[in-house]
Amino acid sequence: MNLTVDVQENEGKSVVLLAGEIDAYTAPKLKEALLSLTEKEGNKVEVNLEQVNYMDSTGLGVFVSGLKSTKENNSELKLVQLQDRVYRLFEITGLIDVIDVDKTVQGGY
Amino acid sequence: MDALKLDLSHYRELLKQYINTQDESALYEAEQISKRSIQHNISLEEIINTHINALEDIYPELPENIQHSMSFLLEVMISYGLALQEFQDLRETQLEIKSEISVAARMQNTLLSTVKPDVEGFDIGVVSVPANQMNGDYHHFIHHEDGTVGITVADVIGKGIPAALCMSMIKYAMESFPSEHKNPSEILESLNRVVERNVDPSMFITMFYALFNPAASTISYSSAGHEPGFYYHAADDTFEEIRAKGVVLGVTDMAQYRQYEREIHAGDMIILLTDGVTECRQGDRFIESEEVLEVIKSFSHLSAQELVENVYKHFEKLQDFHLRDDFTLIIIKKDV
Repeated sequence: MNLTVDVQENEGKSVVLLAGEIDAYTAPKLKEALLSLTEKEGNKVEVNLEQVNYMDSTGLGVFVSGLKSTKENNSELKLVQLQDRVYRLFEITGLIDVIDVDKTVQGGY
Repeated sequence: MDALKLDLSHYRELLKQYINTQDESALYEAEQISKRSIQHNISLEEIINTHINALEDIYPELPENIQHSMSFLLEVMISYGLALQEFQDLRETQLEIKSEISVAARMQNTLLSTVKPDVEGFDIGVVSVPANQMNGDYHHFIHHEDGTVGITVADVIGKGIPAALCMSMIKYAMESFPSEHKNPSEILESLNRVVERNVDPSMFITMFYALFNPAASTISYSSAGHEPGFYYHAADDTFEEIRAKGVVLGVTDMAQYRQYEREIHAGDMIILLTDGVTECRQGDRFIESEEVLEVIKSFSHLSAQELVENVYKHFEKLQDFHLRDDFTLIIIKKDV
């Protein structure tokens, strides 16, 4: 059970590449990295979940915190390239209607 | 915690025996002394001091430089002694915390306790098991005067104690709603505002709320992002996912929830659950929901209570008896 978080600054946006599992053990690390980016006024943050094969509801909590932080800091959060199982979580919880989730497209605003 | 003295003469005799014979049994006895010393909180300095004294007793002519080296050793070991002391203190503190949590867990059980309704023409089974001491899953039955029953199944995201405390807040918020206010969509909309205002941003709640009308054999329901349940059609022996659209509680203050209604036919079942059921894993393998349904089907000849308990036992066994997540399963069967 491990998660690597790799942040790349790319043409005015922050791209977060995740690989591994997001659960109660790895969520704090992700939360710290994500919030430090969404707290930058006006920042565009794109999280790539292509290499995330498992996420539990704790992971959803991290992205909800991220979403709330974008509202306070006028920043943007977008999730891209989700695996089916992870996408299903956003679908069931209705979060696809409040968080910008793009299942297929690779990058790009 | 009083530090006992090591028995100097015993130590001296053992040391003498070992120096003279290098006998294994003396080494074994030394190991026993080590164990007893830890049990009795004998400090590291005390052991080294005893060793120095024993050595001086055995060799009154002990060279002065060896004596100095022993004092040196004593100094070097001081931090280890302190670390050991700290470890023992922590162990005690941990025991205290553990017992406080178990008191809290018992209190939570009392606060959130609910009575399974006894409804004519239906058979209801419930199992809810926490992964840790405190349950982040919640289910509740409200018996209305007109004979209808409100059924709540919820899961607090964010685990452990904060999740459990949050659940108590939800229960009291729900009880404070006026009694004529029992439509699932209205209840979820009101609760959403409560959660949005009062709960930490990283915490939210998924909830399925149903109003069950046994007399009319209907159930109306709404879902706030909760894991979908299943409806079993006895007529053609198939399961159907109970899909209901709606966002989890506590994320946006303007959330609205659609309400659905369905009729329950003889022999049919309504299956409500939390993601602890569908997120079961066996090693690295996920358990697919079809498999959950297969298992339910295989026990469906039993009473609703035996049915849910057997399903739980099945998945507990698959996960080596270690739940990753709280597990709640409710089954309502209409008598044939």
